[in-house]
Amino acid sequence: MKIIVCVKEVPDTAIALKIKGDSPEIETENIPWVINPYDEYAMEEALRLKEKFGGDITVITFGQKRAENILRNCIALGADRVLRINDESIKNRDGLVTSKILAKVIKDIGYDIILCGKESVDYGYAQTGQMIAEFLQISCVLAIKKLDVSPLNKEAICHREIEGGLEVVKCNLPAVFTAQKGLNTPRYASLSGIMKAKKTKIETLEPDAWGFKPKIRITNLSYPPKRQEGKIIKGTLPDTAEELVKNLKEARLI
Amino acid sequence: MSGKEIWVIAEYGEEGIKKSAWEAVSAVRLLSENLKTEPAAVILGNGIGRFAEELSKELNRVYFFEHPLLSKYNANTYVRCLYYLIKEKNPAIILAAATFRGKDYIPRLSARLDCGLISDCIGFEADNGVSFKRYVYGGRLIATVKFEESEPCIITIRPRSFAYKKTGTVNGEILRIVPNIEQQDIMVTIQEIIKETGKRSDLSEADVIVSGGRGMKGAENFKLLEELADVLGGAVGASRAVVDAGWLPHTFQIGQTGRVVSPMLYIACGISGAPQHLAGMSTSKCIVAINKDPNAPIFKIADYGIVDDLFKVVPVLIEEIKKSKKN
Ligand SMILES: Cc1cc2nc3c(=O)[nH]c(=O)nc-3n(C[C@H](O)[C@H](O)[C@H](O)COP(=O)(O)OP(=O)(O)OC[C@H]3O[C@@H](n4cnc5c(N)ncnc54)[C@H](O)[C@@H]3O)c2cc1C
Ligand SMILES: Nc1ncnc2c1ncn2[C@@H]1O[C@H](COP(=O)(O)O)[C@@H](O)[C@H]1O
Repeated sequence: MKIIVCVKEVPDTAIALKIKGDSPEIETENIPWVINPYDEYAMEEALRLKEKFGGDITVITFGQKRAENILRNCIALGADRVLRINDESIKNRDGLVTSKILAKVIKDIGYDIILCGKESVDYGYAQTGQMIAEFLQISCVLAIKKLDVSPLNKEAICHREIEGGLEVVKCNLPAVFTAQKGLNTPRYASLSGIMKAKKTKIETLEPDAWGFKPKIRITNLSYPPKRQEGKIIKGTLPDTAEELVKNLKEARLI
Repeated sequence: MSGKEIWVIAEYGEEGIKKSAWEAVSAVRLLSENLKTEPAAVILGNGIGRFAEELSKELNRVYFFEHPLLSKYNANTYVRCLYYLIKEKNPAIILAAATFRGKDYIPRLSARLDCGLISDCIGFEADNGVSFKRYVYGGRLIATVKFEESEPCIITIRPRSFAYKKTGTVNGEILRIVPNIEQQDIMVTIQEIIKETGKRSDLSEADVIVSGGRGMKGAENFKLLEELADVLGGAVGASRAVVDAGWLPHTFQIGQTGRVVSPMLYIACGISGAPQHLAGMSTSKCIVAINKDPNAPIFKIADYGIVDDLFKVVPVLIEEIKKSKKN
C-alpha cells in the first residue's frame, strides 16, 4: 500500500503573533514552529495502516528549509521517505497553487491512500485535501474520526463529523482522507527513530518552473478588535446571579 | 463584473433551508447591491420544489437541479452539476456557507474550475474592488483577501457572520434543470447518519451556548449545564480539557481544534480561557464567565463575570432565569 501524508509547519498555537510592519505577513523570527496539529493525526493513521497492511509511507511538505524539522520528526516516527518541495523560489502562492503542486508530486510518486489534516491552523483554508482529490479525480472524505480500509475491495468505510453528529460513509480507493481530532492518539518517536532521523538527508524538489498562478492574494493583516474588558459582578449569591440575569435581560439576550 | 449574476448555493436539511444558507442569501443580496449584479440561487435535490419556491421569494432567479441521484448529498454530483451551469452562465461570484457540506464540495468545485476560493469569510468591503475578510492563525489575526483574475470568484462564509432577514417580496423565476448525472459519478456514499445527542449538539447554529471546562470536575456534572442550556433554549459545548478527559465527545469541543462558534450568548463555566479556546468563541456577541479564579484569562474577554464556585452559581442562575421568564 502506498501511503502519502501531507504535513505543514505552523506557528505554535499558543503564542501571540506580530504583524511585520504594514506588510500582509507575520514576524517569523524567533517564534516556535510545530507540525499542524491535525497532520499529527494523519501521520499516526498512516503508521497504523502500514502496520496493518504493509506498504510504505512518503511524507511531503511544501515549505521552507525550516520545515525539515517536522519531516525529521516523521522519519523518527516511522516514515519511509520524506520530501520537501521548496517554496522559497515561489513568490506568489495561494491554496490552489499549493494543492496543484502537491497533486503533481503525489501523482508522480503514486498512491493508494493520501492523508492530510482537515485544516491548517495558520491560514485555515480547509481545502487542500479536497482540491488534491479533485485534481487526481479520486474520492475524498473530510474530517474523519474513524477509518476502516479494505484493500481487497478497494474501498473504505469512515466516520466523518458533520453538524450535530456523524456520517458513516463508504468510498472507493484510492482516496484522500482529512484527519479530524479523535481519529487516533499520536505516538511519540522512539529514541532509535530520533537517532535515525538525525542522519537522514532530506530530499528536496524545486518547483519554480511549473508556472502555477495564484488566484487570491492577501493584501492586509490586522489585529481583531479587542473585546472590551467587561465587568465582574461583585457580591455574593444570589445577588450576583440576579444581577447577571437582569443585565442579560436588558440586553435582550434572554 | 457588471451584468453577470452572483449565485448562492443553498443548503437544506430535513427541517428546511438552513439558517446558514439564509445568511448566505443575505450576503449575496448585499454583494449584488454593491457590485450592481443580479442575485440568484442554486439548489440541488429531488422533490424539493417548495425550497426552490421559498428562495424565489428572495432572489431574482433560482436554478433548481432536480434528479433522483441528488436526493442524497454528494460532492461529485454537486460538482458535476454546478460545473456545467457555471460554464454556461458565467456567474461573477459563487457563494456558499462554510458548513461541513460547503467545505466538502466547494474546494473540489474551485479546483475543477481552476478558480480562486476565499473560504470562511466573515465580511467584505466593496470599495476599491471587492475584498473579503477572514480570520487567520486561529482568530489571532484578520486577513483581507482579494481575488486575482478568477472567473468566477468563489467564496464560503462562516455561519453567523451575516445577519439574515427574509423579505418575501421578490417574485423570481425558477429554472428547473434535469442534470445528466449517473450512479458511477458518485465516489463517496453516505450510509448512515448518527445524530450525536439530538438537538442539543448543533453548536454552529445555536443562539446560546453553555460551555463547561475542567472545572466541571466530571461527566456527570454536565447535567447541570444541560439544564441551564434548556432554560435558555441553547446548546452545550466544552473545552478541550473536557473532551480529552472523555467527559464529552469531540463534537462538543469549542476552539482552535474544535468548533468555531459565534452565538449571541456564550456562558463559560469552569473554563480558564486558553488562547486555543478563545479562538473558537471570542466572536460571540456576549460572553459570560463563571470561574472561581479571579485571575482566569477568560475574564479579560468576558462581558460579565462572576467569581465564585460554579456549582453554587449555576443552580441559582437557573432559578433566576426561570423567575425572570415568569415576569
Ligand atoms: C494544538 C492545541 C490545540 C488546542 N485546541 C483547543 C481547543 O480547540 N479548545 C480548547 O478548549 N482547548 C484547546 N487546547 C487546550 C488549551 O490550551 C487548554 O488546555 C484548555 O482549553 C483548558 O481547558 P479548561 O479551561 O477547561 O481547563 P483549565 O485550564 O484547567 O481551567 C479550568 C478552570 O476551571 C476553574 N474552576 C475549577 N473548579 C471550579 C469551580 N468549582 N467553579 C468555578 N470555576 C472552577 C479553574 O479556576 C480554571 O480556571 C489546545 C491546545 C493545543 C496545544
Ligand atoms: N504547504 C503544505 N505542504 C504540505 N501539506 C499541506 C500544505 N498546506 C496544506 N497541507 C495539507 O492540507 C491540510 C489542510 O490544509 P489547508 O487546506 O491549508 O487548511 C493540512 O493539514 C496539510 O495536511
